[in-house]
Amino acid sequence: MAYDKFEILKSTAVPLPIENVDTDQIIPARFLKATERKGFGDNLFRDWRYNGDDTPKSDFVLNNPTYSGKILVGGKNFGSGSSREHAAWAVYDYGFRCVISSFFADIFKGNCLNIGVLPVQVSPEFSEKIFAEIAADPNTEIEVNLPNQTVTILKTGEQESFEINGYKKQNMLNGFDDIDYLNNIKGDITEFAKELPL
Amino acid sequence: MSTKKTLFDKVWDSHVVKHVEDGPDVLFIDRHLVHEVTSPVAFLGLKNRNVGVLFPNKTFATADHNTPTINQHLPVKDPLSANQLKALEENAKEHGISHWGLGHEKNGIVHVVGPEYGITQPGATIVCGDSHTSTHGAFGAIAFGIGTSEVEMVLSTQCIMQPKPKKMRINIEGELNFGVTPKDVALFIISKLTTSGATGYFVEYAGDVFENMTMEGRMTVCNLSIEMGARGGMIAPDEKTFEYIKGREFTPKGADWDKAMAYWETLKTDEGATFDKELTFSASDIEPMITYGTNPGMGMGISKSIPNAEDLEGGVATYKKSLGYMAFNEGEDMIGKPIDFVFIGSCTNGRIEDFRAFTSIVKGRKKADNVTAWLVPGSHKVEAAIKEEGLLDILQEAGFELREPGCSACLAMNDDKVPAGKYAVSTSNRNFEGRQGPGSRTLLASPLVAAAAAVTGKVTDPRELMKELA
Repeated sequence: MAYDKFEILKSTAVPLPIENVDTDQIIPARFLKATERKGFGDNLFRDWRYNGDDTPKSDFVLNNPTYSGKILVGGKNFGSGSSREHAAWAVYDYGFRCVISSFFADIFKGNCLNIGVLPVQVSPEFSEKIFAEIAADPNTEIEVNLPNQTVTILKTGEQESFEINGYKKQNMLNGFDDIDYLNNIKGDITEFAKELPL
Repeated sequence: MSTKKTLFDKVWDSHVVKHVEDGPDVLFIDRHLVHEVTSPVAFLGLKNRNVGVLFPNKTFATADHNTPTINQHLPVKDPLSANQLKALEENAKEHGISHWGLGHEKNGIVHVVGPEYGITQPGATIVCGDSHTSTHGAFGAIAFGIGTSEVEMVLSTQCIMQPKPKKMRINIEGELNFGVTPKDVALFIISKLTTSGATGYFVEYAGDVFENMTMEGRMTVCNLSIEMGARGGMIAPDEKTFEYIKGREFTPKGADWDKAMAYWETLKTDEGATFDKELTFSASDIEPMITYGTNPGMGMGISKSIPNAEDLEGGVATYKKSLGYMAFNEGEDMIGKPIDFVFIGSCTNGRIEDFRAFTSIVKGRKKADNVTAWLVPGSHKVEAAIKEEGLLDILQEAGFELREPGCSACLAMNDDKVPAGKYAVSTSNRNFEGRQGPGSRTLLASPLVAAAAAVTGKVTDPRELMKELA
């Protein structure tokens, strides 16, 4: 599924300073029963966001109107656990285009890149700075610049660069995905298959 | 550059179709396992792009995540689950993929049936839209979980695009203590590395403990590799591996077997090959383990007490939130804590050996009245073995019932949900908040620890009960 191109994102951010946020929290298993990619944003962080009777939990950040934006800032080891791409879909469908963390779990990070959510890994110190600035002023804007591979706290001008491989960067800038790439080299793949040891 | 290669290098490098400059490798996949939950959107993608499945004979579908574990012969009650099961059946049929759906004699958890029927083989690359695909690494395969976009890639092109991970070797030397199982070994390693300690790495397990382990034990260990963040884990194939797979439905026969063996015997890390990280532990330091928190890294020896937040390196707020969820306090003992549910099953501990271990403790005892026990075999084959070996009679005598195969309470997608606030001693793989049902509290442990809890109604050191037997 194609996604919108990602170039420069300037937005306020939603802070979630909890470590080891696993994909079961991002979207619990009982919401994985769809056969289409629709409506996953409604169940993003379902059990942290809603009580058992579906009323919103007022102390959860997504229910606090003070915080909004297209950037989610998570604690260390964000997205661990299950490989469910539904977690990345839920993040995207809710309206986030970028997740910032000091450390990402592998599969979640890969899933994000495949569907157009940019995972931005920053140093633990910079992550702390972002959390502190948002706590001091929820209107703090953050700029994520993919062409330059930088993330900037606009109010203070503090900046850090982030890594992304050249191939994935081009994909994100153009809204391409790996499936297009692989479908274009199918001939090479079938030739390769003939030479395998078994 | 050194020509010495690790086991992982050998398998990975031989499957690289091409390397993308400043990007990932295009990796060819030998076996693609498919289940009902992470595949429907991928099949939809094929339709939208108007492409088919490139190698249906390398693709195997089974239903497991969503299936009920009682009355499987009746229509599935939950309409959403039923719809997903139907979608898998139809997609498999349309694309000519073998499908072991609900009610099929070969049905079971994808990571249990793959090895049972010889789909899992040394030196193969195996993927599935499920993070516990790492299980198959027990056979010297490179096996790991993928997302649904990647499921679509493999369906349409038999390849995925991934950068080659770094390499880690974990050595455990010596002999395991009495009452210590492969599950304890894995939970011990994860407790040392934390849930992110192996992120970015592919792990090879080596040393006495893994060499002496059965294939089923190796599967349990490799299964849990993802819980320390690793892409996957693998163990070099040996005589035990070859003996296990020989003669199974999908393993090569005759001259093909000889040819395969000649190749498989080369699948070991060369002397002098280097790893990006190497860790060594001593088997004697491991005791039966149990978790007390909300991720698999929060585990400890069952006789120990819950660590104090002040002894941790950072993460205090998250730690306290976790203990708050479990309603446990720092410094408390785990032994003696009352429990409500026991679950034995899952791709981690749902094999015949796990049921043998469980039965060895409950034999001649009775299920505690305060415990609800769910015994869920990993497959119909496991279920049949439980009956053939006479375990079922012993289990029933002790007050237990056997359910039908599936993922069940490991992730509680079906009706097998632990109620809010209740404690479950579970042989599964994740103790995340709400994993076994909204508000549920999970203590991960081995089948022996689960059995000890099932008959005493509280967290109990299984060695106490094993002594009585001995």
